[in-house]
Amino acid sequence: MDQLAAARSQMAVSLGFHMIFAASGIAMPLLMLMAEGLWLRSGKRHYRDLAQKWAKATGLLFAIGAVSGTALSFELGLLWPRFMELSGSIIGPAFALEGFAFFIEAIFLGLYLYGWNRLSPVAHWLTGIPVAISGLLSGILVVAVNAWMQAPVGFDLDSVGRLTNIDPLATFRSPFWLHMAIHSSLSCYMAVGFAVAGVYAVGLLRGRRDAYHHAGLTLAMVMATISALLMPISGDFNGRMVAQHQPAKLAAMEALFETQAGAPLIIGGIPDEESGEVRFRIEIPYALSLLVAHDPHAVIKGLNEFPPDERPSVLWVHLAFQIMVGCGFLLIGLSLWYWWGRWRRGTVESKWLLRSLVIGAPLGFIALEAGWIVTELGRQPWTIYQLMRTSEAVTPVADVPSSLLVFTVLYLGLGVALVMLLLRLARGRLPTGDSATQSRETGHVS
Amino acid sequence: MSLEDAAAAVGLLGVILYGVLGGADFGGGVWDLFASGPRRDEQRAAIAHAMGPVWEANHVWLIFVIVLLFSAFPPAFSALSIGLFGVFHFVLVGITLRGAAFVFRGPEVAEEQTSHWGTIFGVASVITPLLLGMAVGAVSSGSLRIIDGQVRIDGPTPWIAPVSLVIGALALALCAYLAAVYLTNETQGELREDFRQRALLAGGFVVGLAVVALPLLYWEASHLWHGLIGPRAAPVVALGIATALLSGGALLRHRYRLARAAAIAQVSLLLLGWGLAQYPYLIYPDVKLHDAAAPEATLRFALYSLPVGAALLIPSLWLLFRVFKRKPL
Repeated sequence: MDQLAAARSQMAVSLGFHMIFAASGIAMPLLMLMAEGLWLRSGKRHYRDLAQKWAKATGLLFAIGAVSGTALSFELGLLWPRFMELSGSIIGPAFALEGFAFFIEAIFLGLYLYGWNRLSPVAHWLTGIPVAISGLLSGILVVAVNAWMQAPVGFDLDSVGRLTNIDPLATFRSPFWLHMAIHSSLSCYMAVGFAVAGVYAVGLLRGRRDAYHHAGLTLAMVMATISALLMPISGDFNGRMVAQHQPAKLAAMEALFETQAGAPLIIGGIPDEESGEVRFRIEIPYALSLLVAHDPHAVIKGLNEFPPDERPSVLWVHLAFQIMVGCGFLLIGLSLWYWWGRWRRGTVESKWLLRSLVIGAPLGFIALEAGWIVTELGRQPWTIYQLMRTSEAVTPVADVPSSLLVFTVLYLGLGVALVMLLLRLARGRLPTGDSATQSRETGHVS
Repeated sequence: MSLEDAAAAVGLLGVILYGVLGGADFGGGVWDLFASGPRRDEQRAAIAHAMGPVWEANHVWLIFVIVLLFSAFPPAFSALSIGLFGVFHFVLVGITLRGAAFVFRGPEVAEEQTSHWGTIFGVASVITPLLLGMAVGAVSSGSLRIIDGQVRIDGPTPWIAPVSLVIGALALALCAYLAAVYLTNETQGELREDFRQRALLAGGFVVGLAVVALPLLYWEASHLWHGLIGPRAAPVVALGIATALLSGGALLRHRYRLARAAAIAQVSLLLLGWGLAQYPYLIYPDVKLHDAAAPEATLRFALYSLPVGAALLIPSLWLLFRVFKRKPL
């Protein structure tokens, strides 16, 4: 394996791993706050039990997010030293602001996780608010770096290829930032919401039809549904931004090989880059032109407009995009089914709905990872769009295949251990033994 | 003071805070690994209790330093990333395993696995500060060369040179010392006495390693030696040695609060002395602060955003430490 392939793989492993925990660090605090807030209002203990259970899960997930995020801040340089040398001074400010937000999150999470008995109930709840806000803010701020890599602005290029006249806030002026920030933040709430809902659906399926499990499912579904319903709107904005600023990426996402007026939307299918055909596709005539330009006869650029060495991989970008959109729409359907069921039949969920919620639990995270693959693979062969190629950014150090192996094994090991611990946490006794029996009239204590 | 000097000063302040706060958390792991005697479990519980609420906030100082380094001195970050590729990866493995193992063996989730994760936590806490110290040693040793923008390594791998090894060991001993001194302030009775003895032991190691380090620096890294005894750094280093003796003396006399204050001063002054001796080089002898500095606009942004960040962080950190560090166990 050459350095470039190894470095790209290590970045993919590291970022793909980190993303799960970053998303949890953004969305779990909101769930904790909702549950604890309901406890403060209603005095019902199952809400406090939920808040404490979620706080414990957050403690585990946040720690892994913090250390894997630290690894990434080093890996930016370890894997892509030329990229950091060129652009460190322009992307640094966004990282610095993110650092402040993350710092606040770490401080208040410490207060929240360990302060149950040291702070008054209201003060304790209040310490959760900066956690939720700064978690969201750190995600929004760090996405600015990626937005800038997609559409770099705010500098001049001098004769030796260095960036001059740098605008320190350039990352926030990238046309992608706002739309990417909204899209990725929603995806975090959505992924975590459905994952948590799945956990409580399992409990309900196993006959623990108590207030605790119902409340856990309801709160998770509130968060998941709101974000899922907003997602297509945000996705539409992003799609049109990509069409405008990265037409090669859009063509790869949609597997559009030739420039066309009245371009069809290709759903599914396997693009063949040799022949320019998409096998096993479903075509909706004019739909792509309509979606992108709001005009059924608009001309959409195909991959033929770009030299072969400036095209991303159509196969992978298209497949990842189909997976993201497919999971997204499945989850929207699932949330509509859930609320329809509740409205029609009251609070008792049907077996089939609960089973579907269990199957749907990982789909939000799959969509999140697939969306990130679309963003990153779709930008190839560039690290900084039309400014620096990934092959120019990579480290000259020959040891990358070894470090890739080490990090892959490390993250696999941690991932397995963490899943086992979270399962045990989910199955385990409630945080306070006495309230468990009080809030579970019919439940079996495992 | 020029902008790049100001940015470097802020970076050094970050290093000092990471050393004083994050360093003690590594030290906590060291004493977890070497917990012994009749109160072994109580020692471990006191360490977990002391670290739990604060270690993640303390850890952020490292991220702060890295972000400042690549924002304000991008070519230096790039060169260090190439020249110290191996040791940085080992550091990252250590950091990851330390943090993960600490939460994995926590009381909420762990049952029978506790001892495995506990061992990993302890071993990673020993290895990480050692490696970080070795990386610092490599930066100061002069064997990491950057010529025409290409990173070259003179002689054997710089971070396993004798100077680097001794600086790494010194970093480890200082972490262990800090942790034990802090823990004497957060425990009582026999448990406190356990940590006092551990602090004295670690203090002995610090003195011994310093005695080994001095001639080694003189022979192997003479520029650093001359920097340390030069007019800029010498008063700071002398004050650092004085506070080290004060801290040790206070421990002997059971004056725990004084010992803690002096230990913090000691580590801060030693790191400050190292920074001053290193000045104006970021990587001796090829990268000076001035040559590696980012454009003025970025440096200004980094410096001007600090008061705003500090206005948010200082009250938050004050609250965190007030809630969890006011009363001993």
